Amino acid sequence: MNEHVKNVTPETTDLSRRSFLVGTAATGLVLGYAGVPGIEQAAAAAPANFEPSVWYAISPDGLVTVTCGKADMGQHIASTMAQIVCEELGAKWSDMRVSLASNDPKFNDPVLGAQITGGSWSTMMNFEAMSRAGAAGRIALTEAAAAAMGLPPYFKDQLVVRDSVVSHPKSKKQMSFAEIVRSGKATKTFTPDELKAIKLKTPDQYTMIGVSVPQLDIPSKTNGTAKYGIDVMLPGMAYGKVVTPPVRFGATVKSVDDGDAKKVPGFMKAVILDDKTGTTSGWVVAVANTYANARKAADALKIAYDGGPNAKLSSQSLLDEAKRLQKLEDSGQFFVKDGDPNAAFGSAAKVVEAEYTTSINIHAPLEPMNATAEFKGDILHIYSGNQFATRSGAIAAGAAGIDPKFVVMHQHWLGGGFGRRLDADMMIPAVQAAKAVGKPVKVIYSRENDMTMDFSRPLTYQKVKAGVDGDGKLVALSHDVVSAWPTARWGIPDFLTPSVDKKGPLDSFTVNGADFFYTVPNHYVRAIKNELAHNATPSGQLRSVAPGWTFWAVESMIDEIAAATGKDPAQFRISLLDGAGKNDGGAQRLRNTLLAAMGLSGYGTRPLPKGEGMGVACVSSQERATASWTACVAHVAVAPSGAVTVKKLTVATDVGTQVHPDNIRAQVEGAALWGLSLAMYEKATLKDGGIEQTNFDSYTPLRMSQMPEVAVAVIANGEKATGVGEPAVTVVAPAIGNAIFNASGARVRALPITAEAVKASMKA
Amino acid sequence: MPTLTINGRSLSVDAANDTPLLWAIREQLQMTGTKFGCGAGLCGACTVHVNGEAVRSCQTMVGDVAGKKITTIEGLSAKGDHPLQKAWIAEQVPQCGYCQSGQIMQAASLLSKNPNPTKEEVVAHMDGNLCRCMTYSRIQKAIMRAASEMRTASATSNERRPT
Repeated sequence: MNEHVKNVTPETTDLSRRSFLVGTAATGLVLGYAGVPGIEQAAAAAPANFEPSVWYAISPDGLVTVTCGKADMGQHIASTMAQIVCEELGAKWSDMRVSLASNDPKFNDPVLGAQITGGSWSTMMNFEAMSRAGAAGRIALTEAAAAAMGLPPYFKDQLVVRDSVVSHPKSKKQMSFAEIVRSGKATKTFTPDELKAIKLKTPDQYTMIGVSVPQLDIPSKTNGTAKYGIDVMLPGMAYGKVVTPPVRFGATVKSVDDGDAKKVPGFMKAVILDDKTGTTSGWVVAVANTYANARKAADALKIAYDGGPNAKLSSQSLLDEAKRLQKLEDSGQFFVKDGDPNAAFGSAAKVVEAEYTTSINIHAPLEPMNATAEFKGDILHIYSGNQFATRSGAIAAGAAGIDPKFVVMHQHWLGGGFGRRLDADMMIPAVQAAKAVGKPVKVIYSRENDMTMDFSRPLTYQKVKAGVDGDGKLVALSHDVVSAWPTARWGIPDFLTPSVDKKGPLDSFTVNGADFFYTVPNHYVRAIKNELAHNATPSGQLRSVAPGWTFWAVESMIDEIAAATGKDPAQFRISLLDGAGKNDGGAQRLRNTLLAAMGLSGYGTRPLPKGEGMGVACVSSQERATASWTACVAHVAVAPSGAVTVKKLTVATDVGTQVHPDNIRAQVEGAALWGLSLAMYEKATLKDGGIEQTNFDSYTPLRMSQMPEVAVAVIANGEKATGVGEPAVTVVAPAIGNAIFNASGARVRALPITAEAVKASMKA
Repeated sequence: MPTLTINGRSLSVDAANDTPLLWAIREQLQMTGTKFGCGAGLCGACTVHVNGEAVRSCQTMVGDVAGKKITTIEGLSAKGDHPLQKAWIAEQVPQCGYCQSGQIMQAASLLSKNPNPTKEEVVAHMDGNLCRCMTYSRIQKAIMRAASEMRTASATSNERRPT
């Protein structure tokens, strides 16, 4: 049986209960958790072909290879993991290497217990585990070096570890990591308690954390050598091109006529998917000897469909349904239920109400969805770049009709993820085509397949009602969020959240952010599932997920209340961020972040030309418990035609601790520009059950010529490291909307913002 | 079997004349640095040089480039050390990196003709290349850095020339 299968253990994946071993293998030093198959082998001098496959290994030539269990989609998380290990290990940065983990459970996230990458969680959830792994290695190396130098063990505190060298300044002796590894003396076991008791460095001792070291993956991304899933080449491999129906979901194939396809040279087979995972519907794969021929064959297939129950639906029908559901008193479940807003509205001096919408949005990473499947003996090998190996392996197994433990996922660099590669639809055509033709098959979606079958950001409808007392104080806010539920679709109960009104679990990834840090005594947030949209447009997690729409509503409404009560919108926010009760700590950090953004942008310091304005927004994305405090000041110019020019975005973010300052800036800028792109340029629509946009001519992410000036301020105040891949996405749209109001008096409530909507609101 | 002159070598490919150059390069020659993005000439991920001009290889057929000089990212420099590649590393441009081969090839065709581009010229030349990670500001900086280094190198080499 395959070596990998032996390694698949159904036992607990809670690594904290396992001993941490450092052992010398024939190929070098390996470090990882005991109970993980392979590590004991390594500690007992494993055979020469042992592949070090735990958190990191040091080879006899001194190279330190960190295995990253996180999907690297451009956030440089593999390099970041290496950096955290490197800090405590005391290695030289130029000795560090990275490799990408398979789906073996031993690589599961130490906090999440699965392999999933998202939520801007990776750094915060792996910082401690990687730090301890690095420190354990340093201790083992130091003790081995002391022994090899002939120093008594109690001398070990006199040893200095720096740049992959252990030295003893008094005796002027030193050994490199490579020499220690070759000595074979580095063997040590840490019990869980010992591992936990290791004293980690304090921030003043850091030499790596906080330094913008060169990212380890970047050179390979400038010379064409970085391997993405789409670049996999296997001997004897065939190619598959999917043919997807005109309806996003619910269609079935009535018949396939492959008469013309058979005339295409190299054509092998048209495979109708039998998808028992419910991920796809009505898909066919044309398999041929090359992708060019697979495309020709796909175009030549004549397929008759039954459009199914969603074939008449449009964006408008999904929106109409959302409005209908919101009006029903018993719809949905409560995510926040503080006080009684409905009673408070009755005694409020002023009530402000508004509806906010966002359109369907498409991930469109530049590497189209793809997967390569290969059956070898008992094992199904999948080659792809994937954000959720644990679930995707199970979906691949489901498509093959085998146990998930027989699936090996070979991870690659991701040509963009943005949440799209949390989904596993691409596994199904690859697996079933490979099974049908008896060869490895690489399935590549056309851009048209990729866009029309995206697990999109759902269309959302939000109704917000606010009550202000006679002193202009915000006393009540009720907030209904109606959307498809992306996370509910996964069928994993652990990812759902109990509702506060005990009406069953809700998908908090549709309402996160609505539980903001403003002090509002009477506050309701209701999550309402739009079942029609859920079925017709299976949705996914798109970069920033719920806070991408909840803060559009909240931060626009806060501005509307400020305007209605004659207050400066920034000062109004500061007054709401008083840190009372449950908001203590977070509210103050958010207030400070807002002040930083205001300062950097020059908010309120000088009059702006006519038609220009500034708007602010501040957010606690992604979740209350994992927030990176982020604020934005947008500076816009609004023409009489309603056309909006975003002149500058100033973003401040409090990340606690900076592992890699330059990377944080890159991520925050990229996220902010995503926010701008979603606010102004990206819109998908449903018509006759299908997504109308098919390529970059009709779905139009931001291009270089549309880029405004972006200024970023990063606050590192010594708190725990938080994530930066997403939060800045969420703050930009409301800041722009509020700036448009400031510039022109026009209030926009629908994303993306159009000149027509601005102009219409100016007249009103 | 058509023969392609690619990165200084003559290679025959088992592909019909109406095969997009992109797929011949990737599948037949297994040079995977050139990327598939949209298949419609809208994103620039597949950009290569044909006789020094940046073209979209997904829109260029194998039959149309016979006898022409093709350069891919793998052939831009001997050791990945074209001034643009060095500048891309110095400015830490790539995030996911998928579009960057195309960005670099597109930029190289600009600098080969215009060693001192303005920001506006850079934007006009690069606007057809999408970067979904939105690394545009670093791309601009890297192009300016490479242009400056190329001008310095050429000035230095002029100085050194015996007179």
